[in-house]
Amino acid sequence: MASSSDMGSADFESLSSTSDVELLKRAWRNEKAAPEILPYEGDLVERAKGQIELVEENIEAYVENGIDPLVVSLYQMDLDRTQFLLRSYLRVRLLKIEKFMFHSLKSEEAESRLSEQEKVFARRCADDLAKHFEESVLRKLPENYQSVLKQSLISEVDDMVPEPHLDTFVACRSKSHFTLNLYEEGESTQTEEMYRGDLYFIRYKIVKGAIESGKMDLI
Amino acid sequence: VETEIYPMAGQTDPHVSLFSPEEVEFMAEDELVEIVPNMNMEPLNFIAGDFGRFIPQIPIQVPLWLAVALKRRGKCTFRPPGWLSVDNLTQVLEAEREPQSKFQALPFSYVEIARLLFDHARDDIPDMYMVRSLVEDIRDVRLHKLENNLGTFLGTSAVKMENVSAMEVNLVRPFARRALEAFYKHDKPEVVADRNTRSSRQPREANDEPRRPLRQR
Repeated sequence: MASSSDMGSADFESLSSTSDVELLKRAWRNEKAAPEILPYEGDLVERAKGQIELVEENIEAYVENGIDPLVVSLYQMDLDRTQFLLRSYLRVRLLKIEKFMFHSLKSEEAESRLSEQEKVFARRCADDLAKHFEESVLRKLPENYQSVLKQSLISEVDDMVPEPHLDTFVACRSKSHFTLNLYEEGESTQTEEMYRGDLYFIRYKIVKGAIESGKMDLI
Repeated sequence: VETEIYPMAGQTDPHVSLFSPEEVEFMAEDELVEIVPNMNMEPLNFIAGDFGRFIPQIPIQVPLWLAVALKRRGKCTFRPPGWLSVDNLTQVLEAEREPQSKFQALPFSYVEIARLLFDHARDDIPDMYMVRSLVEDIRDVRLHKLENNLGTFLGTSAVKMENVSAMEVNLVRPFARRALEAFYKHDKPEVVADRNTRSSRQPREANDEPRRPLRQR
């Protein structure tokens, strides 16, 4: 039978330093799988951008100095892989911002998840969309129905604002040993012991905290 | 690749996988494998990590993507991992075929690793055709098992899966999501009732599923 030592090494972060590529991969995977926008990994993005620029310069130098084309092409591959992760990470976030435009500007908590550039993007998108709705439809409706955020003046909540569906089920893996509450406060107190490597399909809401603190990964 | 134009497709369209097969393979390409170089090369200081130096006939562990790149240029041979052998896979297949059996232990990315080795290093795998046929059979049996039994249910909040692989999780995900959400909602009738009475006042869930044409009756 296969031994556990060849079960796959790259998925578990080693106890020594984890490469930024591994961290970027984790951030990208989590962002793709999560129903809401996750907190922006500003430091990681800056570091990755720095390393990418450095390697781009190195590759130019290698080509000029006539370094073995094989070696150059391998460095290019590593660069391409890192760039793909970074770009896809940012793209997935932009799409989520477009999807939940008004929602991500509604509260300080939601806005704090965005980078400064994403905030600018979100505000411009929201302004453009609001203006478009007003000019094409809302101004022509009776007074009580002219809000972009609410169906009518008697709505208690912003019911025209799409929100992330946090009750969706996600696949995830535990990275350490901890106890997880399977339900929210006021419901059942059933808990589950999570051990490193355990796989679950589970309600996003109850693992949200564990993912943000790094105890679990979305897969 | 379509999924780069619509990176969110897998989240909203219930029939599309969250990750494309290319993306699943991309993630698996970081797995370490053993190769034997046939040339000398200085250490490689990648953003992904440091590898080498490379010395002829001295085995070394590198990420799968690097190994494939070197193999394609004739710079190394692969040492197939221990689990990818006729003996081991025959045992695994027999165990998977046992009625009511659990999933056997296989590397999380076994499908992708096997596929890349078959495509690029068939001459480095003893009895390659037999090995490939065993892997295909194992995939079939496991997928069939997955359709019938996802894992152990923990209330309606979670299902614990054991030894399910990356590709299998990705394939079963859309179905599992719909089924588990339905179970959970059923279990909480008061939530459903609230939604019905206050339906015009509830925040909408963003949904950009393509509109399906209505069936002719």
